[in-house]
Amino acid sequence: MSDNEAADTRVDDQTDSAEPAFEAAEYADGTVTYPPHTVSPNGAERVGTVDLREYEGRVLTWTTSTATPPGVREPNTLAIVEFEMGDGYDGPAVRALGQIAEREDGSGETFDVDIGDRVEPVYADELREPGAGIREPESQDWDGFRFRPVEE
Amino acid sequence: MERVAIIGASMTRFGQRDAWVRELLAEAGAAALDDAGIGGDDLDHLYVSNMASGEFEGQTGVPNALAHDLAAQPAYTARIDQTSSSGGAGVYAAWQSVASGASDLTMLVGGEKMTHRTTAEATDVIASLTHPVEYKQGVTLPSFAGLTARLYLDEYDAPRESLGKVAVKNHKNGVDNPHAQFQKEVDLDTVLESPIVADPLRLYDFCPITDGSAALVFCPESVAAEYVPEDEYAVVSGIGGATDTHVVHERADPTTMGGVVDSSDIAYEMAGIGPDDVDVAELHDMFTILEFLQSEDLGFFEKGEGWKAVEEGVTDRDGELPINTSGGLKSKGHPLGASGVAQVYEIFEQVTGNAGPRQVEADTGLACNVGGFGNCVTTTILEGTQ
Repeated sequence: MSDNEAADTRVDDQTDSAEPAFEAAEYADGTVTYPPHTVSPNGAERVGTVDLREYEGRVLTWTTSTATPPGVREPNTLAIVEFEMGDGYDGPAVRALGQIAEREDGSGETFDVDIGDRVEPVYADELREPGAGIREPESQDWDGFRFRPVEE
Repeated sequence: MERVAIIGASMTRFGQRDAWVRELLAEAGAAALDDAGIGGDDLDHLYVSNMASGEFEGQTGVPNALAHDLAAQPAYTARIDQTSSSGGAGVYAAWQSVASGASDLTMLVGGEKMTHRTTAEATDVIASLTHPVEYKQGVTLPSFAGLTARLYLDEYDAPRESLGKVAVKNHKNGVDNPHAQFQKEVDLDTVLESPIVADPLRLYDFCPITDGSAALVFCPESVAAEYVPEDEYAVVSGIGGATDTHVVHERADPTTMGGVVDSSDIAYEMAGIGPDDVDVAELHDMFTILEFLQSEDLGFFEKGEGWKAVEEGVTDRDGELPINTSGGLKSKGHPLGASGVAQVYEIFEQVTGNAGPRQVEADTGLACNVGGFGNCVTTTILEGTQ
């Protein structure tokens, strides 16, 4: 679905790794949702999956939360990222909520982001400590994607 | 369908209480029965609005516990959980029980005991309503408020100060509410300089963690005057409930609360009125930004204009449309399951002329109770009989 060259490069890069896909659901009516649901917003059945790593994402909004629950990093900078699904897509906006990744300079601080910034997903094998909070650890997975800015 | 009246109402002191959930529910329940001039054994149905007594306290089965404490057996009981909107959902269930003819006398008691938990633990209990892909990122309800507030301020060119003015207004209103957790004014500088909780929102943009309970007694309007004098009851003239997406980022416009739009459409239609006919409203200001969103999505103000109404004093107690005369969740406190019931309590006091120093001129009042971050909503309209 994507004609984005940078994204295609990333897909190639990750074929060597065991990194899971950033899986969204595609439905018979052409819509895409993240996370996947049983049916589309219009009730259409699921027909496949889409890897959101192949699409360009931009920050819709962000916050830095300082009052975090047990097992969650503090502070926790979060963003809602909207994916550009291409001209041929006319379904509802495809977005994901995700943590902003830490800088690689060892400072322990997260990247600065602002509304409209272009970001890319970064896989993390544990986003918060399973079992520290109220949710049963076995009831869901705890790995997933953070976002980091892309130089434009 | 029977028209339904409210003939009794009560609320406990909200705040940090020594009482546990059973005792809080019994305190409000006994007071509401007393207000309606009936006994527990008169009730056909008894509902308890409560989100998480099991998670907070290890006490489940609270409706049965309350029925026994108030000698209400063999009344039919049920617990209504719809997270933060459990109270509104309870009002809906109680209204439905009488409107359908299944019950001739129903009491609803909402309550929650929370303050024995740390803020982090209480935040996590509430955040457990989120989808797994949200929960694993460590999202909290305050985080959703921060995300939405930033988008709102950016899209509608609203000044940060306008959010602070919601807190200032509601704290001012709360001074005259003897049941409120904070009977204390705050000034704008204090709000704007308080610690950041979810950027751009600060401590005073958020409601506190609270213990408390509130109760309402419902019967058919046709027999209300047999229990209380005619000017002492109110009629549930409209009520509607609706849901929005579970996953917050999947909403078409994240600054619109679809559940508020849909539930109020139903309630207005049932009452045969529109937003301009509402004289006073209690909105779910768990976070200051929510008062803007609801005041717009209920049709009181155009989209993106709610902040201007607060700036211009339209929603002050002496303004054209007073909002949160009780002090709102912001100063009154937010014991989850109790809040939606306490909102209707305030509207009941207003339309029956019993709001004391908080009294405004009101024949018609509206309460909007929001669960999650707009995930579930009940809008209730009351009309006085004076």
